[in-house]
Parts: sequence; C-alpha cells; structure tokens
Amino acid sequence: MKKRQRLIMRSVILVVIALALGYTLYNTVFNDKKEPVKAGDTAPNFALEDLEGNQVELKDYKGKGVFLNFWGTYCPPCEKEMPAIQRQYDKYKDQGVVVLAVDIAEPKFTVEKFAKRKNLTFPILLDQQREVVDEYGVGNLPATYLISPEGKVVDKITGELNDTLVRNYMEKIKP
Amino acid sequence: MDKIKCDCGHLNPYGTIICEACGKPIQEESPEKLLNMRYEGTARRSQTYNTNAVDKIWNFFSSVKVGVWLIVITLIASAIGTIFPQQMYIPPTANPAAYYEEEYGMLGEIYYILGFHNLYSSWWFVLLLGLIGVSITVASIDRGVPLFRSLRNQRVAKHDNFLKKQRMFAVSKRPEDEEQFMEEILFRLKEKRYRIRREGNSILAEKGRFSRWGPYVNHVGLIIFLLGSMLRIVPGLYLDEDMWIREGETKAIKGTDQEYYLKHDKFTFEVYDKKEERFSEALNRVQQPVPKNYQSDVTLYKADEKLPGAKPDLSEVKDYSIQVNKPLEFDGYSLYQVDYRQEMRYMHFELQNAETEEAVGSFSVDLLNPKDDFDLGDGNRVELEGYYPDFYFDKETKKPATKTNIPNNPAFIFKMFTPETPEGEVAFIGIRQNLDPSGDNQYKVAFDGIDTEFTTGLTVKKDYTLPIILIGGIIFMIGVVQGLYWNHRRVWVKVKEEDVWMAAHTNKNWHGIRRELDDITVKLNMKQLVDQQEESKKA
Repeated sequence: MKKRQRLIMRSVILVVIALALGYTLYNTVFNDKKEPVKAGDTAPNFALEDLEGNQVELKDYKGKGVFLNFWGTYCPPCEKEMPAIQRQYDKYKDQGVVVLAVDIAEPKFTVEKFAKRKNLTFPILLDQQREVVDEYGVGNLPATYLISPEGKVVDKITGELNDTLVRNYMEKIKP
Repeated sequence: MDKIKCDCGHLNPYGTIICEACGKPIQEESPEKLLNMRYEGTARRSQTYNTNAVDKIWNFFSSVKVGVWLIVITLIASAIGTIFPQQMYIPPTANPAAYYEEEYGMLGEIYYILGFHNLYSSWWFVLLLGLIGVSITVASIDRGVPLFRSLRNQRVAKHDNFLKKQRMFAVSKRPEDEEQFMEEILFRLKEKRYRIRREGNSILAEKGRFSRWGPYVNHVGLIIFLLGSMLRIVPGLYLDEDMWIREGETKAIKGTDQEYYLKHDKFTFEVYDKKEERFSEALNRVQQPVPKNYQSDVTLYKADEKLPGAKPDLSEVKDYSIQVNKPLEFDGYSLYQVDYRQEMRYMHFELQNAETEEAVGSFSVDLLNPKDDFDLGDGNRVELEGYYPDFYFDKETKKPATKTNIPNNPAFIFKMFTPETPEGEVAFIGIRQNLDPSGDNQYKVAFDGIDTEFTTGLTVKKDYTLPIILIGGIIFMIGVVQGLYWNHRRVWVKVKEEDVWMAAHTNKNWHGIRRELDDITVKLNMKQLVDQQEESKKA
C-alpha cells in the first residue's frame, strides 16, 4: 500500500517537472511570437486604406476569391509580376476574383505614381504601419495569399509570378 | 523488502542503518568505531527500492554525484559562452554564420556550429538548468523527508551502542544522589538553552534543530528562483523590445498588441555648458561635448480594439518626459530612453534660372510623405515626377530605382513649369547630383538645405517575474544563514547501574559543543567528554 503511494507521489512529481521543462523548452526553441498565416488557416481580417482614402476590409469580399498580394515598388520581382496580375485580373474580375495589392510602408506618392505608370486598376492598399504584414508574417516579397470565397487561405506563394501561374491560381479560388 | 525489527521492537524501513527508535546500530558487527550520523542513519528512500522505471529515474536524480556533475557541466558551458560575444552583441547587420568565422577563425566557426553564440537561450542549456532543478527537487525530498521524520520520532533513551559510538563520549562515576544529579544536570543544560526531554534515567537535550532545515529551505529558494526565470517565456509576464519613433509620429507601442500608442512630441539633447565655471576645466580637458540630457517628451494613448491596419481610436492617458533612468511607467510596462538618431526629413529646393541662378521660388519635399505638386506663385510650378528614397541606377532597366523604402539616399525627378516654359522641363536631382537630361533646360532645381529630425530609441520593458526571483533569492539566503550560523546540538545522558554515560553530537562546530559541555562537566564534577575521532587519529 505504502509502496503504491510512493510510486504515485514520485510519478506525479516527475511528470509535473517534466511538463514544466517541456513547456520551457518548447517555447525556447519555437519562440516566434506569432505563427505566420499558412494554408488551411482562416485569413485574418484587416482594414486598410486604398489610394482614394477609402477603408477596405477583407471581410467585404466574402463570397469572392481574393488574390492577396504583398509588394513594394523597391522590389524588382514585384514590379515585374504586376502586369501579369493586371492582365489576369481583367479576365477574372467578372468571375468573382478580386486582387488586393498591399504595399508595405511606402509614401502614397510613390505608390500612386507606380500604379499610374503600370495602369493598375485593382485596389491597392497601404499598410503604412506594417500591421497587416506582421499579422500575416509575410517574409520575403512578393508574397501572394490565395483566399477562397469562404475566407480560407488556400495557398501561400513567395516569389515572382507569370501569366500562367496567376491564371492557375485565380482558377483555384474562383467561386 | 522486509522491514527490519530492532531489539527494542521498532519496525524500521529497509535500508535503515540506525534504529529510528532506540538508536541501536542495525549492523552491530560493524568494525567502525563511530556511527555515521548522516541523515540520522535513516534509509534514504532512493537507495532502498529500485524496481520500476519511475524509481530508476528518481534514484538517478537523487544522487548528489549526478547533481554535482550537472552543475559542473553548466558552469563550464556558461564559461565557454563568454569566450566570444553572444549573438545579441555582434553588429545587428552581420550574418552570424559568417561573422564568427571571419572574426575568430576556425574556433569561431566551431563556436557558431555548436550553438554557443546563443548559449543562454539554447535548448540544451535550458535543459541543463531544468535537470539541475529536477536533481535539487528529488534529492531534497529524498533526504529531507526521512530526516524530518526521524528527528521528530527520536526517542529519549538510546541504545548503549548508539551512545558509545558517538564522536563525543565519556563515562563518569555514578553520583551518590541520582535525583539531585538529574536536577542539577537538567538545570545546567537549560542554562545553555537546551530543550530537555527526560524519560526515567535518560535525558535528551537538544537545540538548534531548525538549522538542519537550512539546506532544504535553500533549495526551495533555488527552485523558486529557477521557476521565476522560467516564467519569462510565458507570454504576458516578460517583455523586452526596442522601438524607434520619430518626432511628431504616433505609433503602437511594441508588445502591447496595439493597446497602447505613443506620440513622440519633442526630443531634447543637451550637452554640458563649457561656460559654466564648475565644469569648464573638465570639459576643456575632454575636448568633446559631454551629454547632459537625452529626453523624449511623449503622450501616451490607449486605443480601442481594432482590426490590423485600421486607424486606431485613441484616448489620451498622460503626458510624460522620458529621460535616461526615468522611464514612463504604465500598466506594468516601462519605456526607457536608450538611443537616438538624427535623420533627414525635409529637403529644401529653389527653382532657379539655369543661367543667372536667380531664384524664382522655393519649396520643400517631405521625404516620408512627399506631395506631388508645388505651386511657387507667379505661374511657376514644380511637379514631383519620381521619388527614389534609396536611389540607385538600375543597369538592367536603365532607369533610376530605389533599394529600400528608407530615405538613405533620396533622389527626385522634377518637372518645372514657368510662364516661359509652359510645356515643362525635366530635372533629375539627388545628393551631389544634378542632371539635366535634355541638356538645354532654361531652369533648374537647386538644393537648398536639409531639415533633420530626431528619432528616439526606446525600450519597452515588462517583468512580472522579478518579484518571484527576488523572493526566491531571499529564501535562498535565509536557508544559507539558517544552516551556517546555527548548529544542531544534542546531548544524551544515561544514568546506569554503575556509572553515568554521556554522549553528544552536533552537525558542525565541534569545538563549540565541547566548550559548552566542558563547562557543565566541570561544574558537575564529571569526566570530560572525549572526541573519539581525534583520539583515533592520534592513535
């Protein structure tokens, strides 16, 4: 009887210590504060101003496939993929696909000039405080999140895209 | 695993060396002259049962040897961690993989590969600390509990062999009047502040037992200390973040999840005045200006919950001037002044006649948020065509471009309109560059100065673990004092048929107990206690 009690006591003490130590180790090794958004997650909602000064919320596009692109004018591959995105947007915008291009912390002037030069017609949003970039845990640019009409992240793609790729991705999220 | 029955009838746990009740040594034929009184001769639990996996793990950590090795390994690792700088102290832009090899050669590379560059937060270092914690806990329970039990249960009358094998021992003549002797010796022991228990013709006098708990109290303190430092990784208990904030800027305070915002109203940097007589001699000696004050005047705001990216709804909390070692404190957070920078903010230009350099108007560009149109009056106008905050010339596209979005090396393309040149002329202007792409411009934009702006560097700190660590430290010290400045002394007296036996034990300071008892034996005309360990050494 006493032996049993002692076994239970020892086991409980060891397990409690092991749990505390395991928790500490886990947090030490994976000490990234925020998990980056990945495929399968619900896309976190956000609200940003577009170039006209209107507030745009991700939630407003529920029911549409959202091609969420993070970019900057100082990033050459971002610049190169923009015409392809524009061309495919023209084809897919009537099929329920929307492009939201989030510029990262640049002056409005720079972004406006860029959009004009490249004849971009999709909504361009300004993330001046980098809040949305941080929320999504973006990393390298350009980064594209494919968001389904139900608001789920279908895929995250990093790197330059061409017409074929953009078309395939838009097909994927078309409602 | 049977219990051991002593002659006195007491049942002792397996592994017992000295009977818990009467003190009779279990192994009577032991050749040792003296008893080993460590842990009162109780069965150390770990040493007794060794059957299943849990017991085996328990026994492993119960070993003092294992504990000492863990501490030694940790100490050596900590020492190695100081040979080269830790990652947080190398230049923030350097790539650690390359840096250690370049700076310190092959040793540096090995250092990096083995993870010593981030030693104190590496998984194996944390694991070592954790194992030390396990060792301390298990070893303390394993020794403390039986010790406590045996001291609480000890009886007054001890077996002859127990007394005989104590380090301090003497046999005196039997007194004429036993009762009078008893009374007298009790009085003398009480005088020395012993707590007395008497059973017939046996006496147990004891004092300072609580000093035996010193090591265990000390270990409890250590465990609390370790626990406190472990709690740092629990979100919300500990925070240490740097943030930069420009004059006039309002920003979310890092680590507060956009709950608090800070506006930086004004930065002040002052140096000691050379003209002030008190300082002039010293200041002339050092030649350089000596800083007197770094100060950020700020306004703290609280924000309602909002979506990422949305404009915050702010309500003012308070105004404050943050100075070095005078942090802004709120809701468990502290904002410390740690750094500052001076950065370009506005660039001033003049529109000039290219030939006469006569100015027709001037304008300023905000490098962080430029306007695209500047009306200079009298029909003169400048349009900003292109802005490159971190200018470089892209050889591939043959166009100006920007490396980053930070205005390190700003360059501009302006279009100039005057009544004489209504179609407009294009000019490119950067730092130390002023190009006229067409070559026949009638007007030019000339650089006319820069406004800089202070950016303050603040550290956001929050530490709820400090009180726990402090309490752990205090308990640790209490344990040390308890164990070091008091000793646990016991005296046994047994009046027998023909003589009187007296034995004594202390956990330290044998000199002290001998002096104390010599005083008593002299007064009672008894034989002086002999240190049997010293005697056997001499022999």
